[in-house]
Order: sequence, then structure tokens, then C-alpha cells
Amino acid sequence: MHASTKRTCLAGLIAVILLVLAGFVFQHWQTWILFTATKAIGYGLVALGIITLMRGGLVSFGQGLVYCTGAYASGLMATRLGVTDAPVLLVVGMLASALLALIVSPLIARYRGIFFAMLTVALSMVLYGVLVKMNAIGGSDGFTLPEPTFLGWQPSVDYADLALYLLAAVVAVVASTATRLYYDSMAGLVALAVRENELRVEYLGSSVFKVTVRHFTIAGALGGLGGTLNGMALGHIDPLFSFWTTSGEFVFIAVLAGYISVSAVFLSAMILELVRSFSNLYFPETWQLILGGFLIVVIVFLPGGIGSFWERVKEGRAARAQAEQEEGAGS
Amino acid sequence: MEFADILTILVDGVVYASWLFIVALGLTLIFGVLQILNLAHGSLYAVGAYAAASFTMLVPYFGLPPAFSLLAMLIAALAVALVLAPILERGLLRLFYGRDEVLILLVTYAVFLVLEDVTKLVWGVQPYYVFEPRNLFGNVEIGQLFYVGYDLMLIVLAAICGLAVWLGLNKTTTGKVVLAVIHNPDVSACMGVRVNWIYLLAFFVGVFLAALAGAYTAPLISVQPGISVNVIILSFAVVIIGGLGSIPGAAIGALVVGIARAAAVYEFPEAEIFIIYLVMAIVLVFRPEGLFQRTQARKI
Amino acid sequence: MVNTTLKSLMAGAAMAALGLAAAGSAAAQDDTYKIGVVTFLSGQAAESFGVPAWDGGKLLIEKLNAGEVPAPYDTVGFGGMKIEAIPIDEAGGATKQVQEFRNLVQRENVDAVIGYVSSGDCLAISPVADELEALTILYDCGTPRVFEDGSYEYVFRTAAHATMDNVSIARYLKARDMKVGTFAGLNQDYAWGHDSWRDFTASMAQLYPEAEVTAELFPAFGAGQYGTEISALMREGPDVVHSSNWGGDLQSFLLQALPRGLFQRSQVVLSAGDHSIPPLGKNMPEGVVLGARGSYGLLSPDTPLNDWWFKTYQDEYDVIPVQAPYRMVQALLGLKSAIEKAMEANGGNRPTKDEIAAALKGHEWESPAGMIQMKLGDGHQAIQPTAIGTTAKDENGDTILVDIERFAAECVNPPPGQKSVDWINAGFQGAKCE
Repeated sequence: MHASTKRTCLAGLIAVILLVLAGFVFQHWQTWILFTATKAIGYGLVALGIITLMRGGLVSFGQGLVYCTGAYASGLMATRLGVTDAPVLLVVGMLASALLALIVSPLIARYRGIFFAMLTVALSMVLYGVLVKMNAIGGSDGFTLPEPTFLGWQPSVDYADLALYLLAAVVAVVASTATRLYYDSMAGLVALAVRENELRVEYLGSSVFKVTVRHFTIAGALGGLGGTLNGMALGHIDPLFSFWTTSGEFVFIAVLAGYISVSAVFLSAMILELVRSFSNLYFPETWQLILGGFLIVVIVFLPGGIGSFWERVKEGRAARAQAEQEEGAGS
Repeated sequence: MEFADILTILVDGVVYASWLFIVALGLTLIFGVLQILNLAHGSLYAVGAYAAASFTMLVPYFGLPPAFSLLAMLIAALAVALVLAPILERGLLRLFYGRDEVLILLVTYAVFLVLEDVTKLVWGVQPYYVFEPRNLFGNVEIGQLFYVGYDLMLIVLAAICGLAVWLGLNKTTTGKVVLAVIHNPDVSACMGVRVNWIYLLAFFVGVFLAALAGAYTAPLISVQPGISVNVIILSFAVVIIGGLGSIPGAAIGALVVGIARAAAVYEFPEAEIFIIYLVMAIVLVFRPEGLFQRTQARKI
Repeated sequence: MVNTTLKSLMAGAAMAALGLAAAGSAAAQDDTYKIGVVTFLSGQAAESFGVPAWDGGKLLIEKLNAGEVPAPYDTVGFGGMKIEAIPIDEAGGATKQVQEFRNLVQRENVDAVIGYVSSGDCLAISPVADELEALTILYDCGTPRVFEDGSYEYVFRTAAHATMDNVSIARYLKARDMKVGTFAGLNQDYAWGHDSWRDFTASMAQLYPEAEVTAELFPAFGAGQYGTEISALMREGPDVVHSSNWGGDLQSFLLQALPRGLFQRSQVVLSAGDHSIPPLGKNMPEGVVLGARGSYGLLSPDTPLNDWWFKTYQDEYDVIPVQAPYRMVQALLGLKSAIEKAMEANGGNRPTKDEIAAALKGHEWESPAGMIQMKLGDGHQAIQPTAIGTTAKDENGDTILVDIERFAAECVNPPPGQKSVDWINAGFQGAKCE
């Protein structure tokens, strides 16, 4: 195994242990964080998909499409076929969304920039329109899901949040480790080159089209995971999963995180959840103003996202160390 | 289907298309010049409607005849554009030029959230009504049905707006400069064009059109929170169908949406709103760049 | 990578700690009763339902805490406990509401949640409420599905569901002896509109078996423009046009239809239209048959409690109370009387949520809109009397309601254990009308 691969896997392992420990701490102290964290992980997974696209120079403003598809596919599996096993549902949701993304991607992979973003919004709104009309599966009200089980085990009420959180934590770490490994692989690095100069990549014999299809499918799989997870956490899904405002939140999380760091995406999802929830609590009449203002401030002052902020801190520390050294040498 | 049915579908469809065209024209103009898809466009429509409600209240206050409310609505739309366009374009969007286009998309999403609450803070949640202007033009009978003259007047207004923007772009010097900036902002700047002013101008006109549509639809609706969300989706569908950045595209898109919707009400009432998404989906599959957009698939 | 992961976790912990600091006053005190109040403070339903409801709730809580409400509600707060309310905006969809609900229960430790205008929110919240064992009162939403398709231990609805509104409208037409040969509907294209239309057509099939449906229109929620629909209705020219539209959608429809003469050609009936009267004022069309989803506002009965409430609200906000504040008051008074009943049973101690739930089950109490009885859904779903009237103008040109017909609760609500649609289709079996 390559040294960097080992390091990434090790980091993943440490992260799982820490997250699991944190889960048990919160179980006994401030239980509500477990649910908020689970939901943030669901959002974070979708945003991780957007970050994958961002590395190839694209942003989808319509990830609600795959988020919603995953939620509905697994939700229908649970209500119609009686499958309540959470890991199975996650796989179903992931595959359904990945498949949809694979089918759709050739349509949109020719486009770039704002056109790409817009076509994805349009597609997600088409899905929204279809679901609202389908009264057989709840129409605009959506439907309620049974409580998930875990490999045949049904946790008691007191531990239901914890069980789902632990599963979410494992999924989050596995997904981010896998994407990190992909980013660092040859294929993943080519994507970064696409971001810089597409023409050059084509001349070097790689296909930008293929990179885009691959990324959109990966983003679809991640979106499906996130949608399934949030469907299970909320116990209810509706067509708003595919509404453009939902997709806007995913992009916000991705931009807040930046495309450099994988783990930052979950932190930024958590920040969004907390800001939204506390502004709704303390400013119930102006929470949208606060949320929008927060968004603008973040984009203005942290354009590269939290990930870049760490980089900057690191650079700053290095610069200070260097300055101190020089000072020492001067005196 | 009888001729009378077709006639009603056409009249209703075109009335519906007219205000939608004015909104979409603003959206497409801003996109064409600044390459910004303004998600807050629906909110600007809402602000225009609110402003019209406030300004028309002044007409009876000053003892002016009701016809002046038409002027008041125009002034309201201008006022909205004069206040909001510089704040948004110079104060905010300018900071993101040259950066990722999607970042700007996200900024306009934030502006949408902010404006939702700002309108609430300024005007409250109670509804406003603009009753007077709708009585000014009387009723017109078309095919055994009565139509309100004011609604038909909106068709004229839409035509004037479309023509004015088209003439302004193609027949005036400033218009040609705008076209030059659309074509290549950097070269235009080298030729001495003050690109910043052109951006502000285009954004101003875009905001004005959104507010104008809001102002002149205010007499038909109950002006209250939540009217913006559907408008952005509809105008978005229009520009997707017609092609972003194209004036004839916005007109055709609006007509397609308006008439498809009217026909659905008569023939398949169950599909009324869905038909719009359906048309959009079909256009996306077969002509993703819109009916009127030159193919410009990838910039390299 | 290791580094960033650790930092991310540390920062996450810091954020969580910040959240906790803000959440601060978690532990509920003994002498206060904390409720979360969830209703629309923004979006389309804010103007017609959410804000008036919260205005009414705020006012009543203030009066209750001051002990200024007339008997039998003259004790301070809830059985001596001061009421503390946390308002939450219902806008943003069911998934957001599930999250806010959990935050209210798990983080803010509220003793009960009162809320939800949207049927979708009610359907989504109910299972979560039972899972968290959180006492929850649905105060407004209309769908019969909550307790007809499910059963919950900790969830109660203190207002009748929408079946009542549409049955009573049809009964009103019959009671006033109106001739109906043809009728049409214009309803919003979501569950509320479809359910209302279904109940109305089923009731008409019973009461006017000869009447024919000529048009069923379902414009999108929030469509705002109804020119085409009005043309379609005008061309068909049905005897009756039914609409369950509310808020801006209703007011826009009325404004657009008025100059085109729809009200001359057809008898328009509105199942939930009372809240359009104050905003439209003198521009409200005359001769429209409308309900308020209960005996609320201009349809409210002449009782001391109602006189107090109507006047108190009008003095405070300078507008008459419409349906939404009434339903909020009905929920608060129901909770108050159930808490006090539970306290009496356990010797004056602060009752647990289970004791309150037990007291609320099958409970009856007087509200400004009449007697509320928790008779359906195994004692979890209320029925109540209702009234329907016709708009007219008084000598000042202000809109009033005339020809008011009152319907007993058991005349327009299904009996226990029967689904609304089945009950209507079986010819309103067991209905007790005076």
C-alpha cells in the first residue's frame, strides 16, 4: 500500500473512533446533538458530491434531484416492500441515485459553468413537479417511513437516535475516505487538471466528458446516500427534497467547506444546521435574513471555504516561524 | 374543439404570458450582460408589487384622479430599481466578478433569503391590494366572455417592454456598447468602455423590469409574503425554454408557458402546472440550450 | 489529513459547545409550563393563518398569565404555572419542521408543542411526536388522514378536520333550498384542495344526487393568477362553484373573478373563506356562501366567553379575529383545562405528560366557538359545532354575514370509528342534526 493511502485510511480509522466516542458522550449529555449531527452528515454527503464535481470545475445547483431520488427509492422500498434494514436501504438509495445520475449525465456533461448549474436545477424541478403530481405516493404531502432496523436489530426508543448516528458516522467516514483516495489517485488528479485547463487535458488524451460523467455519477451516489440517511432520520420524505431551495443549501455547504478538504464538508454542514436552528429559535420572524446574511458574510470573507482557512492558518504559522527565524538571525 | 375555445385559450394564454415575459426579460437581460442567473429575481418582482401598493395609496391622498395610479406604479418600479440595483450590483455582486459563476448564483440565493424577510420587515405580513387601476379600462367582451380591459392592457405593456429593450440594444449607441460588452468585456474595456457602468445599467434595467411586472400585476393579486417563490420558477422555466440571454426566446418561452397552461386548464385540468415542467423537460432533452440559443456548449 | 480531521472534530465540538451555551436554560422550572408554538411566520400562510394565530396565542397567554380570562379559565396560567411560549416559524417544509420539533423537545425541553397549519407537517410530525413521547397538539391542519390512517398516544387535534367544512357547505345549500343542477370546483393542487373537493362532491352526491360536475380545476398552490380558470368556469356556467382556496390564492381569485361577473353567473361557495373578509373589506363580493372551518369570527356564537374574546382581540389588534386565532385559543384552553383536570386528579401536583395526555383523551371543554369534544380517533380528534353564512353589505358598505345556519357537531362530523369518506358515501349514517 502506498504511504499516503495508508495515512488516509489511518485518519479514517481515527475519525470513526472519535465520532463513535462522541456519540456515546452525547447520548448521555445533550441527546439532541445526535439527531442534528445525523442530519448534518446527510447534508454533508450530498455536499461532498458537489465538491467532487467542483474539483472538475463544475457546480450542480440541482443535487436535490439525486438527494430526493435516493430518499424516495429507499423510502418506497421500506414502505412498499417492508425492507427496513438501514444498511440495505442505504445501498438501495445510493444505487438508485447513481443510476439516475449515470443516465442523466450524458445529457448535461457537454455543458459548463452556469449552464451546467441551470440544467441541473431544471432537472431537479422536473422531478419535483412529477412527485407533487403522484398522489399514489403521497403527492405534495410525501409519506412517512417506518423506523429503520440495523441488521435485524430494532433499537429501543432511547437508543434509536444513537444507532442511526453511529451508522451515519461510519458511512460518512467510509465515503470521505473513499473520495479522498479517489482525489489522490491518478484519475482524481486528472479532474483537478480539468478544472485548470480542459483543452490541455483533452490534448493529453483524457476525456473531459468521461471525467464529468464519472463525477456526476459519484455525486449521485453520495446524494442518494445523503437522501436515504435523512429520510430515515426525519422519518418522513416529501417532494421538497427536490425543490431548488434545498439544492441551494447543499451548494452553500460545499462552498463553505471549499473543495480542498473532505472533512470540512461535514463541519460546514453542522455549522449550517446550528445557525439555521438557533436563528429560527431566537429570531423566528427573521431567520431567513440571518441565514442569508451569514451566507453572504461567509462568501465574502472566506471565499475558499473552511478548508482554505486551515491552509491559511498553516501558511500563517509557517510565515510567522520564518519571520521569527529571520528576526533571530538579524539580531 | 370549437373556435370559441381556441380563442379563449389564446386570450388567457397571452394575458398570462405578458407579465411573465416582462419578468423573464429582466432575468434574461441580466444573464446576457452580466452572466448572472439572478435567483433573487422573484423577490424583486415582489418588492415591485409592494412598492406599487404603497405608491398608489398616495394617489387618493393627494386627491389625484385614479388614472394617476398607472403612473404611480411606474414610479414605484423605477424607485425600486434606483434603490436596489446600485446596492445589489455595486455593493455586492461586483465583489464576485471574475470569480466562480456559481459563487454569484449562491450570492443571489442569499439575497433571495434576505429580501424575503426585508419585505416582511418593511411591509409586514398583512396583504395589500391595489384596487383602482383595474377599473380604469372597463370590460371587453371577447367570444361571449368578459375580460377586464386592464388585463388586456398588460399585453400592450409587455410588447412595449420587449420592443424598447430590443430597440435599445440594437439601435442606440449605448445598446451597441452593451452588445460589445456581452461579446467581450475585456476588449471593450481596452477600447475605453466603462464596463462597470454597462453592468450597472443592465442590472438596473433588469431590476426595473422585474419590479415593473410586479407593480402592474399588483392590481390582480393579493400582495403578501410568499409571492416570489413561484415567480422565479416560472420565469426560470421561460428562459430555459426560450434560451438564456435571448429576447425573442423569452417572448416565445412566455407564450409557450402561457398557452400550454391555458390549454391544460381546458383539456387536462389535472396537468395544469405539470405541463410547464413537462415542456421544460422536453426542451431540455432535445434542445438543452433552449429554442433560441446558439449552441455554445463548452467554453475552453 | 489526520491533522485536518482532528481539527474538524475539535471545531465541531467547539461549535456544539457554543450551541449548548446558547441553549442554556435547558432545565424547565417547576412554576412555568413551557410550550413550543409552531405556526407560519413567513411565506404564503403567514398572512391568513400563521400570524393571526400567533397574535391570538400571544394575547391569550398574556391574559392567562395575568389571570384575566373569564371563568372557567380564571386561574393563573396553566393551573398556577406561568406559561412560557417559544414561537417557531413553520415555513420551510415538513423535513425542516421535524428537525425543529426535535430541537424543541430534546434541546429546549418544552412541556408541550402546539402547532402546525399545514397538513403535510401534521402527518410528518405525528409519528415523531409519539417516538419522542412528546405531548403535541395539532391546532389547525385539516387532513382527516392523521387519525384515520394512524393512531398516536401523545398527539391530539383540538379542532375538527376538513370533512366538516365541506359537509356543512353542502348541507347549507340544501337547508337554504338552493337549486343545484351543475357544479364545478376550483381547488389548490395539493392534498388540502383534493381532499376538500372529494368531500364536497361526495356530500353533493348524497344531497343532490341529480347534480352534475362540469369542471374540476386544480391550479397550483400559490398560482396567484386565475384568468384562465375563471374563463373556463364562465364558459361552463355551473350553478355552484366550490373552492377551498385560502389566503392569497383565495383573495386573488375573488379579486380577479369579481369584475368578470362570475358571482352573477354562479353561486360561489368557499369552505374556508372567512379570513378574506377583513383584508378585502368593502371589495368582498356579495352573496358568497362561506364557512370559517368552525363557528369562528363573524360566525361565532353569542356567549360571554366569545364576547370577551372577540372584544379583547379586536381592541388589541384593531381587526376582527378570524378562524386562525380562534383555533389557537381553542388549543390553549383545551390544554389548560386538561392540565387542571390532571392536577385535580393527582392532588394538585404538577402533572406528568402521561397524566395530561390521559386527561386530554376524550376531554370536553368550552371554547369561544362552542363546545369542543375529543370524540374521534380514540379520543384524540375533536369535533365541534360549525356555521355557514352568506356575505352581504351593511348600511356602511362593510361586509357582514347573513342567513347564518348553525350545525351541531355530530351533524357534520363522522361518528367514532368511521372514516369520513365512508361515512359520507353511506349517506351520513348516524348524523344527529337538530
